[in-house]
Amino acid sequence: MFYRSLFPRDVFADLDRLQRELQQAFDVSPSIRGLGRGGYPALNVGGTPQSVEVYAFAPGLDPAKIEVNLERGVLTVSGERTDTLGNGDAKAALHINERFAGRFRRVVSLPDDVDPSAVNADYRDGVLHISIRRRASAMPRRIEIQ
Amino acid sequence: MNDMTKTAATEPQARAREEAALLPPVDVVEDASGITLYADLPGVTREGLNLRVEADTLTIEGEMALQVPEGMQASHAEVQVPRYRRVFTLSKELDPEKVSAELKHGVLKLRIPKAEHAQPRKVEIRVH
Repeated sequence: MFYRSLFPRDVFADLDRLQRELQQAFDVSPSIRGLGRGGYPALNVGGTPQSVEVYAFAPGLDPAKIEVNLERGVLTVSGERTDTLGNGDAKAALHINERFAGRFRRVVSLPDDVDPSAVNADYRDGVLHISIRRRASAMPRRIEIQ
Repeated sequence: MNDMTKTAATEPQARAREEAALLPPVDVVEDASGITLYADLPGVTREGLNLRVEADTLTIEGEMALQVPEGMQASHAEVQVPRYRRVFTLSKELDPEKVSAELKHGVLKLRIPKAEHAQPRKVEIRVH
């Protein structure tokens, strides 16, 4: 399929077309749900021998309205970010609109050894940090030799 | 909570440019009296934020301050660089002296008013 841009010298339309053609040329078929990366909120996951640490980069939220659920080893972070731009006056012009607005939901599958009753979540500077302790029985232990 | 760190670059700019940085998403709205810019900078504290206006260039830089437990090993990382940078060119009618900034929950709100002489005036139409 060939897309013709509406304006002959629109460089951005050309770049869009280039991206589509490259995608075709290299036969990459993107997932129908888009790429996992670049979503809102971005997630970093890490672990220590004692805990699993999840960082959700979710700026501009009301901490009281963030939902964090842990069910059967699956951690879900969901909520809604309201659009701050909609309430402006009619004469305001929106020049750039890149920030996410709307409902979001992200899911992380946790390892088997976490303790669902020992979850800690705090929200600071727009980063939600969830720390889940591992079960004591799963922590590495040094065995004393008698 | 209005303050603006408007200092000359504390480090050589060339070095700052070499460092990899994330491009934060922004919203820019213009109304009759000025421009409002919102930028998502999760993880950036007030101390880590560096805003500069030099001539007609606005630079937003932020360093993340995450509290990471000792010995943590990352297993999945979508954010791999701990800093943000984005540069904008201001137009002449904006007044860089009167920029105000606010940082809350990782969202920076910048208000850049238009200079007095550039404020909108209603032009009277004379009918003869």
